[in-house]
Amino acid sequence: MSNTTTHVPGPAQSLPSARVLKLAAFAILAVVLLVAPAVLYPVFLMKILCFALFASALNLLLGYTGLLSFGHATFFGGGAYFTAYCVKILDVGPLTGILIGVGGAAVLGLAIGVIAIRRQGIYFAMTTLALSQLAYFCFLRAPFTNAEDGIQNVPRGTLLGIFDLTDHVTMYFFVLTVFAIGMFTIWRIVTSPFGEVVKAIRENEQRAISLGYNVNRYKLSVFTVSAALAGLAGSTKALVFQIATLTDVSWQMSGEAILMALLGGLGTLTGPAAGATVIVTMQNYLAATSVPVNVVIGVVFVISVLLFRKGIVGVFQKFSKAP
Amino acid sequence: MEIFGISVPALAGQLLIGLFNGAFYALLSLGLAVIFGMLRIINFAHGAFYMLGAFSAYMLSAYLEASFWVSLLIVPLILAALAAVLERSMLQRLAGLDPLYGLLLTFGFALILEGGMQYVFGVAGQPYSPPASLSGASNLGFMFMPHYRAFVIVVSLIVCFGTWLLIERTKIGSILRAATENPSLSEVFGLNVPVLITATYAFGAALAGIAGIMAAPVFQVSPYMGSNLIIVVFAVVVIGGMGSIMGAIISGFALGLVEGLTKVIYSEASNVVVFVIMAIVLYFRPAGLFGKDA
Repeated sequence: MSNTTTHVPGPAQSLPSARVLKLAAFAILAVVLLVAPAVLYPVFLMKILCFALFASALNLLLGYTGLLSFGHATFFGGGAYFTAYCVKILDVGPLTGILIGVGGAAVLGLAIGVIAIRRQGIYFAMTTLALSQLAYFCFLRAPFTNAEDGIQNVPRGTLLGIFDLTDHVTMYFFVLTVFAIGMFTIWRIVTSPFGEVVKAIRENEQRAISLGYNVNRYKLSVFTVSAALAGLAGSTKALVFQIATLTDVSWQMSGEAILMALLGGLGTLTGPAAGATVIVTMQNYLAATSVPVNVVIGVVFVISVLLFRKGIVGVFQKFSKAP
Repeated sequence: MEIFGISVPALAGQLLIGLFNGAFYALLSLGLAVIFGMLRIINFAHGAFYMLGAFSAYMLSAYLEASFWVSLLIVPLILAALAAVLERSMLQRLAGLDPLYGLLLTFGFALILEGGMQYVFGVAGQPYSPPASLSGASNLGFMFMPHYRAFVIVVSLIVCFGTWLLIERTKIGSILRAATENPSLSEVFGLNVPVLITATYAFGAALAGIAGIMAAPVFQVSPYMGSNLIIVVFAVVVIGGMGSIMGAIISGFALGLVEGLTKVIYSEASNVVVFVIMAIVLYFRPAGLFGKDA
C-alpha cells in the first residue's frame, strides 16, 4: 500500500501495467455489480453489499488502525434501529432515515470510543465488547425497540419522491450507490495524509506519539468514522430487510464482521467485501441444510487464524507481487 | 427490621445471591488471569469451557450415573485434557504473533463448542439436580441459607485462595512466574516452558470446568449459558486489571455483591451495573483497580 506514495519512477516498467490491471479489475467488478441483479436474487446481493460495507467499516479500524473492536454490532444494529424507527414511526423518507441512522451510530461511536481508547490491544477488544453488551441491554429495554420482536414491517418508501424502493431491483441500485459511497469514503480516508498517520499508529504507536501526533484524537476520529460507516451499513440493511432486531446488536454479529474482514484480508481495501461475499453465500447455502452454521463459522475462524492470516485478497496480492 | 426501606431478609437474600454469582465471576476471572499471565492471550473460549463443564456433569450423570461428587473430580480433568489438546495442536502455533490472534482463535473455539452442543442437545436447558446431601436450607434467624449456595461460595473461596497460594507462595508458582517473566532465560535454566504453558492453559480450563459443574444444578445447562456470562467476566477482568491474581478474585466477589445490591435498590440496572462500573473505572483509572500496566 505504501509503495504507491513512495515509489520513485525508474526503469521498472511493471507499475503502469499493474495500474492497468487494477483498473481492468475495477471495471470488471463494476460491470459484474451492475449486471448481477439480472442473474442473482437482488435481496441476496443487497445482503452481501450491506455486510461488505459493515466489514469494510470494521476493517478501517482493525486493518488500518490496528484496533480490534469487538462491539461494532452496536453501531450496525444501532443504525438499523434508528433508521427503522424514524422511517416507520416518524414517517421520514428513506434518505433522511439513513442519515439519522448514520448520525446516531456516530454519536454512539464517539461515546464508546472515548472510553475504549483509554486501553490498548486486547483490553481494547474486551472493553468494546463489554460496552456493546451494555448497549445491547439498553436496546433490549428501550421503549422504541419492541424488545425481542424488534421493529418489523419497516417501509422502504420512495427515494426523493421518484424511485419506488419497494421494487427489489430499484432498491438494489440504491444499496449499490450507498455501498459505493461508503467504499469511496474509506478509500479516501486510507489514501489521505490522515490515513498515513493512522497506519503509522498501527505500525508503531510510541513512535507516532514521539513524532508529535495526538494519537488518541486520531484513534477517536477513526473509531467514530468507522462506527458511522457501520451504522450506514446497518441503516441500509434495515431498509432492505424491513426489520431491525436484537440480532443486529448482538456480539455474535460483531464476531461475524471480524471474521469477514479477517477472511478477506485485513488492511486491504477489497478484502472485507470478498470475505463478506464468501460468508454470506455460505450462510445462505447452509441455512437450507441441517449443518450447524455456527460450527462452520467457528471452523472458518480457526482456519483463517491458523493458516490464512493474510486473507483472500492478501494471498492474491502476494501472488501478483511475486514475479 | 428494615434498612433503606428494604427488609433485612430480602437484602440478605439478594446479597447472598450476589456473593453466589460473585463466586462464579471470581473462578472464571481467576482462570482468565492465570491464562493471561502465562500465555498473554485472552481466552475467549472460557465461557464455552464453563458450559462444557456443566454439560460434562450432565452427561456423566445421565449416561454413567456418576454422582455429583465424582463428577466434581472428573469434570475439571476432562476440561484440562481438552484444553491441553487445543493448546498443543493449535494455540501454540500463534506464539510470537499479535495476541489478538489468540483472542480470535479462541473465539473460533467458542463458536465450534457452543454450536456443536446446540446441534446435539438443542437450545433448551437440561436438568441437573444437586446432591441430596446439599439440598435444603438453614434458618439463620434473619434469613434462610440454602446449603448448596453456601457450598458453592465456600468451594469457590477455597479454590481461589488455593490457586493464589499455589502461584504466589510455592515453588511451582515461582517457576511459572519465572517462565512468564523471561521465557528464554527460563529455558536456559532447564525449564520446559512449552509444557508449562500447556499446563497453565489446562489449569485455567479446569477452573472453568469447576465453575461449570457447580453452576449445573442452579442454572439451566444449555449451550449458550457461558457466552453471556463471559462478557460480564471480561468486564470484571478489565475492572480488576489483568496483572493480579488477587485482583481477579476480589473484583469477582465484589462485583457479584454490587450486582446483588443493585437488584435490591434498582433492579432494572442489575444487568448493566458491572458494565457501567467498568466504564467509570476505565475513565478514571485506565489500568484497572489492581493493574499496574496502562
